[in-house]
Amino acid sequence: MTVEHYAKTASGAERSGVIPEPATGALAILQGRVGSERMGARLTVETSAARLVGRLSRAAGRGGGTTLPGKLLWKIDPGAVDALAARLPAGVAVVSATNGKTTTSAMLARILGARYRLAWNNSGANLASGVASTLLAARDADLGLLEVDEFALPEVIQHVRPRVVSLGNLFRDQLDRYGELEHIAERWRDAVAILPSASTLIVNADDPLVADLASGRGGSLRFGVDDPRLARPVLQHAADSKYCVRCGEPYRYAVAYVGHLGDYQCPACGHARPQLDVSARSIDLQALDASAFDLVTPAGTARVHLPLPGLYNVYNALAAASVALALDASLDEIVSGLGAFTAAFGRFERIEAGDRRILMLLIKNPAGANEAVRTLEEGGVPRTLVIALNDRIADGRDVSWIWDVDFEPLLEQAETIIASGERAAELALRFTYAGFPSSQLEVIPDLREALDRGLSLVPAGEELGVLPTYTAMLDLRAIAVARGLVRPFWEGTP
Amino acid sequence: MRIRVAHLYPNYLNIYADRGNIAVFERRASLRGHALDVTAVEPGDPLDPSAFDLVYVGGGQDREQALVAPDLALRGDALRSAVAGGTALLAVCGGYQLLGRGYRGRDGSWLAGAGIFPLETAAGEKRLIGNVLLEVELDGKRVTVAGFENHAGRTLLDPGATALGRVLAGHGNDGSSGFEGCRVHAAIGTYLHGPLLPRNPVLADWLLARALEHAGGDGVLEPLGDELERVAHAVAAGRARSRSGRSAIRDVRPGARAAWRSARP
Repeated sequence: MTVEHYAKTASGAERSGVIPEPATGALAILQGRVGSERMGARLTVETSAARLVGRLSRAAGRGGGTTLPGKLLWKIDPGAVDALAARLPAGVAVVSATNGKTTTSAMLARILGARYRLAWNNSGANLASGVASTLLAARDADLGLLEVDEFALPEVIQHVRPRVVSLGNLFRDQLDRYGELEHIAERWRDAVAILPSASTLIVNADDPLVADLASGRGGSLRFGVDDPRLARPVLQHAADSKYCVRCGEPYRYAVAYVGHLGDYQCPACGHARPQLDVSARSIDLQALDASAFDLVTPAGTARVHLPLPGLYNVYNALAAASVALALDASLDEIVSGLGAFTAAFGRFERIEAGDRRILMLLIKNPAGANEAVRTLEEGGVPRTLVIALNDRIADGRDVSWIWDVDFEPLLEQAETIIASGERAAELALRFTYAGFPSSQLEVIPDLREALDRGLSLVPAGEELGVLPTYTAMLDLRAIAVARGLVRPFWEGTP
Repeated sequence: MRIRVAHLYPNYLNIYADRGNIAVFERRASLRGHALDVTAVEPGDPLDPSAFDLVYVGGGQDREQALVAPDLALRGDALRSAVAGGTALLAVCGGYQLLGRGYRGRDGSWLAGAGIFPLETAAGEKRLIGNVLLEVELDGKRVTVAGFENHAGRTLLDPGATALGRVLAGHGNDGSSGFEGCRVHAAIGTYLHGPLLPRNPVLADWLLARALEHAGGDGVLEPLGDELERVAHAVAAGRARSRSGRSAIRDVRPGARAAWRSARP
């Protein structure tokens, strides 16, 4: 392929009105040029080339081709991302968090999908390249809906200048890739500092480090859980921000909900959870199936029926509701959007496998895995479990986090656990040293074999619990796709 | 026998699965008919380290390390005399740094340590991250030790100090000396977490044996099967030896783009 060929394709595209507007300022500054017509042509050439790469990549069967075009565009001209974002008439909403960003964005897509055409990175491609690819692919979108990797947040905000940013939580996660929590918080502080003053910042008030990012900033929305009946008796082992962000004293928690999320106060300097603008009250967790809660907002209160289990999903719903409010959605739209939600792929997914079912819950860090365990505990622990640990870059090369997960309720109740994935032996050691009997433990690194073995142990009509890390989840899903049990993720939008 | 263990600052220093190391001590002791008696020691708590057979100090994030450092520095003399008296000790990552003389931050600040190990640490520009494989000599036998390191500090041993081992793959104390960790009597400091002990049972048993001797026993432990441990060790060692498993040195300077561009689906 030659540059001329791209140019030809591009001019054709331009005539047909696919990319109607010339590129704007940032692009010109970066290229040191003026003249909007030339700029427009150049952007068109680049974006068409990048789109073509996406099609080729998908045709070659490489992971849906979701990040390659963006990588290419980023290489040729990162300023083009500014121009693509600036074209969206309703602006951009950005969602970030250690846990729950994919689910929160998917909830938002449900709520806002009727009102806006979305440029949404629903394949989970949440680095700069994925953001660029998404903006490239959605030609006629009104609103950008972007889940963004925690580490990538400052640079993405700098380029897309979002109208709304939601910061959900910070938990220890892949320390080999992200570094320490405080370093991510530092990057988030930088990101908040460059956020346009007209933009709405949304923070989780129950997370001390995250809530503090909005202190002193006008036009912020703070969400949190307000239902002490759901308190956990003690802070979890992996709780992170236990010490006052201002003075270092241990916080006193009136209530701890998920990890270090809760109603905290510093006994020394008085730093405490701020007032909640958006909250969940009278929460009713219905085992593995659903939850219901009163959504209390400045626009009124309404009962939400969420077809997802777990308190962590109530947090995700609160983040989504806050973003939707900031984008002027009505309470009715929010309630019906959340009520019609189906889980983001692999996070919590039931897959029919003949006369048995697979119940898949993603685990990727201690806080998230603890909630997966809690969800299974409340819904009834399946008798047979496959737990799969990979250590590729997206999973984290460092597997030490499995020792910080409170797997114990599963170990007490499961009859058989199959440890799988590339680091299956480490996982098996985690369970063995916790006292799980070796007679009930099988080590099968190959995911396909582990899945088949697990299904063979499950009686007809029952469920196999599967808890994979990120890349193990993708591989397991690919196995399910190959067997015709589910659709590929890039086709399966909720 | 009862093995008395002091676990220092478990509420602060627990970032790299330190409770896994304690679980290994507990189970391997109990399989040999011994019981572990673990006392958690937080800042301000009374502690006579000589009354313990084994002291454990884990790793923390910078913020938590800074919160406990002043308390630990006050316990330096007591810890030093306990180690001289044969108390076994394992300090991992942040705990290892804090048991040296001190830590020089990137801004020039000085965080005084407890001075158990003859070394100093200075912050580097890039974090040293990845799987590590060491060759370690224990009781005259050469064994390999596999773990994961993630540290910005460059640790320099004093001349004549004894390292824990030689780096076969990975970065080690400072990324250039070829050595990792430090040993004084039965005290071991190391950057290796993962956690360290489940996949390195030889090292776990060596520390347990020293602790048993301090408790008045003969320090002899009958061997266990350790099949899973051997597999986990071999996989981790393979990761350290392969290029991809060693992973990168990540730039920690603000605005660094290297990690940012790394592919994440």
